[in-house]
Amino acid sequence: MADVALPRAKPQMIEDSAWTRLKHNRNWLGFWFMVPAMAFLIFFLAYPLGLGIWLSFTDTRIGRVGQFVGTENYEWLWDDSIFWLSVFNTLLYTTVASAIKFAVGLYLALLLNENMPFKAMLRAMVLIPFIVPTVLSALAFWWIFDSQFSIISWSLKHLGLINQNINFLGDTTWARICVIFANIWRGVPFVAITLLAGLQTVSPSLYEAATLDGATRWQNFRFITYPLLTPIIAVVMTFSVLFTFTDFQLIWAMTRGGPVNATHLMATLSYQRAIIAGQLGEGAAISSAMIPFLLAAIMVSWFGLQRRKWQQGENND
Amino acid sequence: MTDLPASKVDLKSVLATPARVDNSEGMSYLQSVPRRLVTLYLPLTIIVVVLLFPFYWMALTSVKPDDQLLDLDKFNPFWTWNPTFKHFHKLLFESYYPHWLWNTMYVAICATMLSIIASVLAAYAIVRLRYKGANLVGGLIFLAYLVPPSILFIPLATVVFQYGLFDSPLALILTYPTILIPFSTWLLMGYFKTIPFELEECALIDGASRWQILVKIVLPLAIPGLISAFIFCFTLCWNEFIYALTFLQSTSNKTVPVAIVNEFVDGDIYRWGSLMAGALAGSLPLVILYAFFVEHYVSAMTGAVKE
Repeated sequence: MADVALPRAKPQMIEDSAWTRLKHNRNWLGFWFMVPAMAFLIFFLAYPLGLGIWLSFTDTRIGRVGQFVGTENYEWLWDDSIFWLSVFNTLLYTTVASAIKFAVGLYLALLLNENMPFKAMLRAMVLIPFIVPTVLSALAFWWIFDSQFSIISWSLKHLGLINQNINFLGDTTWARICVIFANIWRGVPFVAITLLAGLQTVSPSLYEAATLDGATRWQNFRFITYPLLTPIIAVVMTFSVLFTFTDFQLIWAMTRGGPVNATHLMATLSYQRAIIAGQLGEGAAISSAMIPFLLAAIMVSWFGLQRRKWQQGENND
Repeated sequence: MTDLPASKVDLKSVLATPARVDNSEGMSYLQSVPRRLVTLYLPLTIIVVVLLFPFYWMALTSVKPDDQLLDLDKFNPFWTWNPTFKHFHKLLFESYYPHWLWNTMYVAICATMLSIIASVLAAYAIVRLRYKGANLVGGLIFLAYLVPPSILFIPLATVVFQYGLFDSPLALILTYPTILIPFSTWLLMGYFKTIPFELEECALIDGASRWQILVKIVLPLAIPGLISAFIFCFTLCWNEFIYALTFLQSTSNKTVPVAIVNEFVDGDIYRWGSLMAGALAGSLPLVILYAFFVEHYVSAMTGAVKE
């Protein structure tokens, strides 16, 4: 905002008051147009972001102003096995869920791009898991994965595949599988619909030409669809990875980090420590520890995009 | 500083590629019917069934009598012949549910309105006034979109407490715009660019002020974009969980997602019916809104703007 320059006092030939000139100065006008958005973002985003990092160096608790304690919180976390478990869980959750979301999403997008009856309706229906509030669908999964009355256990038992109910959310491995599944379920529609929008910009004549030249379906995909889709894939996957990495609500509604911390993500652990246990400083340190990971994710996609741009020349604007 | 706007433009142009008229018939006629059944319809059916099953299950649970819910041996769990509206009745008349629904609606509408006003002004200034540093500010706004709420909620909780906003809907109304403004600004910037500049030039020559141009020329032309922004912001508000969980305390002030998780979960063993009824009723407003504006929603999501 330092760029807001006042109009230069230049002698004017035309009769023009300072006020009129000010009114038409685009820098000055631009400043006023930006004020509302900037006010929100500064007071409720930039300032808290800085404050959060500051809090992570203090021993603030709920109801007590903290003292600066240097890197004590971080040293404490370094020796905390639950923290490292949450880092591991977060990375596992993000990697597995994002990879499967991408694969299934791309596959679904390719399927939906085919010509078939009721196409529009089908596309609209596919997006519903994305519309419904995450917590509410997480509750549905909670019920589906209930230890006693799970419909999955019931079905498998009636098919004669298992004898006992599966303790979906009570067993560490199963709980991880369940939350990852729920995350994939929710994320696939977003990936699929966005990639579908990308697919539709690919000209069908390219496929026709390639097929006349004897390309197989796989070659069509590998040498036409995939390269043309790369930029949109980079964007979608950046968002997907970021949102999976910082996920909170799905875990909180389904497992609250349990059993035995097996599904604690960094976000849920920081909520647990900061709000429930009242250790604001420690919680802030955990959430600040997410920042390097997020920056890395952003960088990867950024450079991915730059490379694309360089390959294609500047023509994708 | 020089890289930032470039990458922003790049990302935006990628998402803003207009979804073209669907002409993907391609060479599907080359495939035989049985082959299409296996390669297309079968996998598609499986995926769609998996995607929609939780909703079926939610709906079924919410109308099942309690005894059928918990007795899987005597009754077929996949269907019920005696639907009951007991759970909905309990929800609407014996709980704070209408209250929560109202809170969510109120917060979502206020936050969305505030964000859209701020975004319209910001997007117009960035795209059309092109003041010095507009590109940089545009890039910063895009970066703001990447800052997740799960990093901000702890410091924001202390801020909210300091301002005396704790346990008040105002806390949410003021914090949600930080999530909404970046997205809707980004969306509206794309939209404003499609409005011919000549229209504005003419008005400028005729002596209209920037404000008049915005209100009388740009906004009426940008209505589809505004609808997209509105729907997307509204959905995000309705979906938001962590701020609402952290900043609100009293039962009557809660929003639907938080209230259902916290208030229905402990207690009696027959809660599943009410829980699923609550989840279903809490999803319906969004699904209805979505059903009416699918096109806008999809274009908002993919950043593409049709028309």
